[in-house]
Amino acid sequence: MTRRVAVTGIGAISGFGQTFPELWAGLAAGKNAIRPLTLVAPGAVRFPNAAEVPDYDPSQHFEEKEALLLDRFAQFAAVAAREAVRASGIEFSPELGERTAIALGCSGGGKSTEDDGFHHLYALKEPRVSPLTIARAMSNAGASRVSFEYGITGPVFTLSTACSSANHAIGQAFRMVRSGEVEVAIAGGSEAPLSLGFLKAWEAMRVVSPDTCRPFSRDRRGLILGEGAAVLVLEPVERAQARGATILGEIAGFGMSSDAHHITQPSAVGAARAIRAALADAELSPEAIGYVNAHGTGTLANDATETEAIKNVFGEHARKLLVSSTKSMHGHALGAAGALEAAATLGALQAGLIPPTANFTTPDPSCDLDVVPNTPRQAQIEWAISNSFAFGGLNAVLIFRKST
Amino acid sequence: MSDDLISRVTGVIAKTQKIPPETVTIDKSFEELKIDSLDGINILFALEGEFDLDIPDDAARSIRTVREMVEGIEKLLAAKSAETQK
Repeated sequence: MTRRVAVTGIGAISGFGQTFPELWAGLAAGKNAIRPLTLVAPGAVRFPNAAEVPDYDPSQHFEEKEALLLDRFAQFAAVAAREAVRASGIEFSPELGERTAIALGCSGGGKSTEDDGFHHLYALKEPRVSPLTIARAMSNAGASRVSFEYGITGPVFTLSTACSSANHAIGQAFRMVRSGEVEVAIAGGSEAPLSLGFLKAWEAMRVVSPDTCRPFSRDRRGLILGEGAAVLVLEPVERAQARGATILGEIAGFGMSSDAHHITQPSAVGAARAIRAALADAELSPEAIGYVNAHGTGTLANDATETEAIKNVFGEHARKLLVSSTKSMHGHALGAAGALEAAATLGALQAGLIPPTANFTTPDPSCDLDVVPNTPRQAQIEWAISNSFAFGGLNAVLIFRKST
Repeated sequence: MSDDLISRVTGVIAKTQKIPPETVTIDKSFEELKIDSLDGINILFALEGEFDLDIPDDAARSIRTVREMVEGIEKLLAAKSAETQK
């Protein structure tokens, strides 16, 4: 059994606000959610900026007692899932809950929970840490929380492949729906990486920009960290049509590869293999693709390598592709990145408007694609790909189709 | 470039790379010493500790040889001592 897979709900919490419409409005206008970090003291890390969720107040979403059990990343997952499920109009009966999957990406888990707990231990010299530390910090806490809210008793899991986590998760969910293993899937990713200890670790990696994120620009100086979550509701197109749901787009293919090369250096060969695998999975020729939502981190290494991979797969057609990095606006949300970018790509296809690569200044000969610099572009496109390439050399590429 | 400075820098590189100190000489390139980008940031981290310095990303990015690394550290140490004498 092979079924077409529709997206019937999208939820997102990001630097642009606590809903998908706010994310899309920001990206469609080419705005920036990169602002001075407020979650840590000024000057605590060398880079001053990040894409934080603005004005986030747990009490708007959770009872005080519930919030105690949920790290920020798990709260984001639940907030985005609620918006997506509400938009889909699905009511989960116990029977449907058993035939529904949840697959969420998360790279780091509850980093601020760990930071706080270990601060008590190491700095305050207290002999104990909170008994809630494990339950809050485990990377599957977000997926589990969503399962409680809707009574989802089918396959529920978290996938952790650094910056590819959400694409891997959405891809697995897509395949479970396509094959008929489940009837509905709730898929995406969430991350809340802006805790002092984790920020210091990123500082030491020397890949975070001291000002802003300028993917594909000659003067790019690195990535900008972001936080948030995005969640999609997936179901067969026929099911969505039968119940009169609004179809927001389709997922049409998924490809994975591993570089087996280096723990941090990217490989164009590995990235290209993942793109080819996705095209083969969707049974598409490269020429069908019109838009690439790039991994586009804004690091020297990624953007040049990704350009090489795109040219390798698409050949002459690469010059006709619109390629943009929405990370230039919502930041790099690690395990949530692919999910935010899936939401961005679906928004772009639906609206016929390609979000730009923001903060672009100067072309780089090693990134010589049409990167839609700074200004959104109107384009009616049927098929798009969204790339995620993780540290560790793990690549995951999704193919999206405009709703027909 | 004092011998003491050279030997401290090469010592840090050798210790970080887990290679014999005598293999790290002033004229070696990072490529010859099989120092990749991740090794490079690990060495910068160790040098910051050794010399109590902040090494800015932009200053570090173009360094490809042991000599450039020693010269870079020398420059930062001079800037630091000028700063403390103010």
